[in-house]
Amino acid sequence: VCIHRVRSCSSIRFIKSKYVCVFDKSALKFSHQQRLFRTSAVSCGQIVQFKLSDIGEGITEVTVKEWYIKEGDSVSQFDSICEVQSDKASVTITSRYDGIIRKLHYNLDEIAYVGKPLVDIEIDASKGVAPEEDVVETPPMSHEEHTHQEIKGHKTLATPAVRRLAMENNIKLSEVVGTGKDNRILKEDILNYLAKQTGAILPPSPKAEIIPPLPKSETVPAAPKDRARKIPVPVSRPIVFSGKDKTEPITGFHKAMVKTMSAALKIPHFGYCDEIDLTQLVQLREELKALAQIRGVKLSFMPFFIKAASLGLLQYPILNASLDESCQNVTYKASHNIGVAMDTEQGLIVPNVKNVQVCSVFEIASELNRLQSLGSAGQLGTNDLTGGTFTLSNIGTIGGTYTKPVILPPEVAIGALGKIQVLPRFNGKGEVFKAQIMNVSWSADHRIIDGATMARFSNLWKSYLENPASMLLDLK
Amino acid sequence: MVLQSSLKNCLQLPCILRTPKADFRSTTSGGLIIQSISNDVYQNLAVEDWIHDHMNLENQQVLFLWRNSPAVVIGRHQNPWQECNLRLLRQKNIKLARRRSGGGTVYHDLGNINLTFFTTRKKYERMENLKLVVKALKALRPQLDVHVTDRYNILLDRQYKISGTAAKLGRTTAYHHCTLLCNADKFVLSSVLKSPYKGLKSNATPSVPASVKNLFEEDPSLTCEMLLNAIAEEYAKQRQMDHRITLINPADETVFPGINNKTKELQTWEWVYGKTPKFSISTYFSMVYKDSVLDVKVDMDVKHGRIEVCNIDLPEKWLPPALCSELVKSLTGSKFCPDETATLATTLLRVCPQDDELHSRWNLLCENMIMLM
Repeated sequence: VCIHRVRSCSSIRFIKSKYVCVFDKSALKFSHQQRLFRTSAVSCGQIVQFKLSDIGEGITEVTVKEWYIKEGDSVSQFDSICEVQSDKASVTITSRYDGIIRKLHYNLDEIAYVGKPLVDIEIDASKGVAPEEDVVETPPMSHEEHTHQEIKGHKTLATPAVRRLAMENNIKLSEVVGTGKDNRILKEDILNYLAKQTGAILPPSPKAEIIPPLPKSETVPAAPKDRARKIPVPVSRPIVFSGKDKTEPITGFHKAMVKTMSAALKIPHFGYCDEIDLTQLVQLREELKALAQIRGVKLSFMPFFIKAASLGLLQYPILNASLDESCQNVTYKASHNIGVAMDTEQGLIVPNVKNVQVCSVFEIASELNRLQSLGSAGQLGTNDLTGGTFTLSNIGTIGGTYTKPVILPPEVAIGALGKIQVLPRFNGKGEVFKAQIMNVSWSADHRIIDGATMARFSNLWKSYLENPASMLLDLK
Repeated sequence: MVLQSSLKNCLQLPCILRTPKADFRSTTSGGLIIQSISNDVYQNLAVEDWIHDHMNLENQQVLFLWRNSPAVVIGRHQNPWQECNLRLLRQKNIKLARRRSGGGTVYHDLGNINLTFFTTRKKYERMENLKLVVKALKALRPQLDVHVTDRYNILLDRQYKISGTAAKLGRTTAYHHCTLLCNADKFVLSSVLKSPYKGLKSNATPSVPASVKNLFEEDPSLTCEMLLNAIAEEYAKQRQMDHRITLINPADETVFPGINNKTKELQTWEWVYGKTPKFSISTYFSMVYKDSVLDVKVDMDVKHGRIEVCNIDLPEKWLPPALCSELVKSLTGSKFCPDETATLATTLLRVCPQDDELHSRWNLLCENMIMLM
């Protein structure tokens, strides 16, 4: 039945254009469907050839550089249609009409001629053709006058816009309950009436019908005395949300992450967490920061964490190993290439510091600086990004305490560091003091690493950091 | 217009709309001269966008004066790989921006001044503007041999380009902007504007290289400030208005509501690189590995800055074919960008057998691929 209606519409198109898309009374019971048709009454317009207007300076031809629309898209007046270029000037061509693009006369990089058709637009017959001159936006019309309708002896108050809405939907105003002042019928009342009739959520009013805003006196909420007399009609405004889901392909950094993490799934992870008192390290770093600055290097906490990890790996080399595909062999890596997770604009990258086992804390700091500046400039080379054997992730710079990091294959362990918080702790004498506490969360490959190994490594790492002087004893 | 009046209030416009004297040849009598306090190319380009989109120029034309810290600015429809040495830009931390007007690529630094003439679409007249600039220069230093060519350049001594032009036309407004070389670093200019990328085929607007010279070289007493003031004076004189220059802050949302979004948009990868017209690369490179030299042929189609089609021709069995096809598959759809390529390529190694020989061959191939971007 619905399709039939469209066809009958198109057949009467050329006969009486002003009666386009009007349905007779017998179709009242399909009123909500009719309203939908009105908004999508596509085939009822005329095709207009939109010509390329004068560019100025006596220019007759331009090159089409970019199309902002394609055939079938709907456009509004003043929407951008395309970008053309002529002799160092880039011109944005905007639409003169509301309608649907039916034909593009040029392909990209073709020459377009001033005065010749650029696109064909099918416009709504009810709208009419917009003037040639640029239209100055006029303020919305205000309907001060209220017309009265005498029906069955009752005077029904409603603005012309509301009347039009009622007429278009074949609603008798006398059947509508008015909730405005003096029982005036408002637009909401018509919509509610329709909603009750059909039980459907109505689409928003089509663009072509500009229903002018109601003058202020009507939109002011009813005075208390009116409220007492008013019948409590549940005013449920139709909620229309026009947001759309957006699907895009996964590329680049995200694709890399998908690959890495999917491979990591094969690794049975176990976690081990602990709390580190960095009070002494904080003080040490304060003292050394200035010295490093003189040498042109920014000293953070990471170089200490990295060096301590390397010292720990010397005692527990299984954490710096790699398991082969078939899980038959374990390779103990000689170099400690400790990766540092970096968060860049594009996403997660993990460059590594090579051979930490033979680097001093200062050298590690200097290398970190280099990697960080390359990382933010998007210039990290493949050498910096490959060959890692162990990873640390300092998520604490952003926030958090405990986390569950994912191991980056082909490695077997990873540590994530939370933020440093000032917390009260008890010292040896039972006194409360201010401690700089940081949490660490380790994940390890349970196929070759057991909890005890991880715990012992963590304790060793922790002891180096809680008492930095002890690192001196084991530094190579 | 509300926006215009807020601009008025905040800047306390010194210029008054004067009724023209009984001279019916004068065109407009209202004008505004503004100068940016920022040297950030994106912020300044955003000011142009903002004025173009929001100001009503019927009764008032605007002259915008600005300078940028080192940056390369390409035209709306250009290809950055074709126009400049992107590797060098990244190394030297020189910004890359794509403007909305057409035309060719230019290098900006603090020794170069930019002038933007805003008018209604009907009053768009580039020749007039450039003649104004020449008139101002001659008023400042009468001995300067400067003239406007029919390609809208300004030449010094009949041979050296000191100014290039570009324009943007919208529905109701238009702007014409041009550069003026006062004391720019010519060495950096020539090195960054030379593209090292071979085998590029594109329909993007090409730049026309020209020999340049600084006005400073002709007359060492000239400074950017002097040039800006001279041009502002001439502009004001021709419009019979006050020649005071109003300073503006391109980050001020109260004066330019919505401008920070425009600034952000100009910095996005999608705008700077993604707006490059479709192009293709067909090239080869030689890799030296241990004692042998290998030739690799690469063919790629890049659309919206992303690799649409990718083909890498390697000597047989130098690398596991499965790995190579994985690389090609990963690269397809990714940005034509060294960062993404490096990330993808190195990620693929994680799921491979851990073989040092394989790793070093892979790294060599990837480093060379990255050099193409």
